Amino acid sequence: MTADPLTRVFSALADPTRRDMVARLAIGDATVNELAEPYGVTVQAISKHLKVLERAGLVSRSRSAQRRPVHLEAEVFDLMTRWIERYRRQAEERYRRLDDVLRSMPDVDTTATPHPETGGAT
Amino acid sequence: MTTTGTRETEIVLDPKVPLVRIIREFDAPPEKVFRAHVDPELIVQWLGPRRLEMRIDHFDCRTGGSYRYIHMADGNEYAFHGSFHEVRPSTLIVQTFTYEGEPDGVALERLQLQDLGDGQTRLVATSLVDSFEGRDAFVTSGMEDGIRESYERLAELLAG
Repeated sequence: MTADPLTRVFSALADPTRRDMVARLAIGDATVNELAEPYGVTVQAISKHLKVLERAGLVSRSRSAQRRPVHLEAEVFDLMTRWIERYRRQAEERYRRLDDVLRSMPDVDTTATPHPETGGAT
Repeated sequence: MTTTGTRETEIVLDPKVPLVRIIREFDAPPEKVFRAHVDPELIVQWLGPRRLEMRIDHFDCRTGGSYRYIHMADGNEYAFHGSFHEVRPSTLIVQTFTYEGEPDGVALERLQLQDLGDGQTRLVATSLVDSFEGRDAFVTSGMEDGIRESYERLAELLAG
């Protein structure tokens, strides 16, 4: 596993079950048994998913407590959320420029042909 | 995983398929929003990132047509091209999208315009790629100078 950290986080979250597990852990810590319950899958299967999330740094497990609850590393998850927000803001900026273009456009299409043959690049 | 805005742009990352959905409403009828997406002279005014100059090689927005454009920054050029699969005036544009720096990659994009009446339009744009990794890399790309900072932040968090 020599993949860089970003790829590990993204591929860990690429699986729908692991995404659900992360959503569940965002509410609060849970044991492996509690995580396995809603899926009707074996604890081993869930443990496998947990290892992937753990390797990505998205979750950690207490070594001391008997129940060994799984804990979401919220900061790593928040970082992902911030990346998405950044992407959203870029789209919003683009569409604000489109707002301006739309305001400057005449109400009726005045161009004679929708696909002018420009002939060559300028 | 969903991030919502109010009346601003809304982004939805589909958890089941590697797809990004962008939703935005405009204070203009669908005809105008459509025209701003097909007329090269209008496109260059809004599509490219603010700091980059955009040059259109060709842009033939009709069913069976194709496009190619280039973003230029600091002497570097980033070119994109694709085909228009289906174009329905004021309603729908389905096209492919490839960044020429990764010529094997392709996204299938669908732009839908919904008439909300009163000269309002809702734009719903989806972009579908062939892997979640590809989709997520796509979402974190376009950050130019921010991407290195983000990597460093993540490395710090994981080390801490």
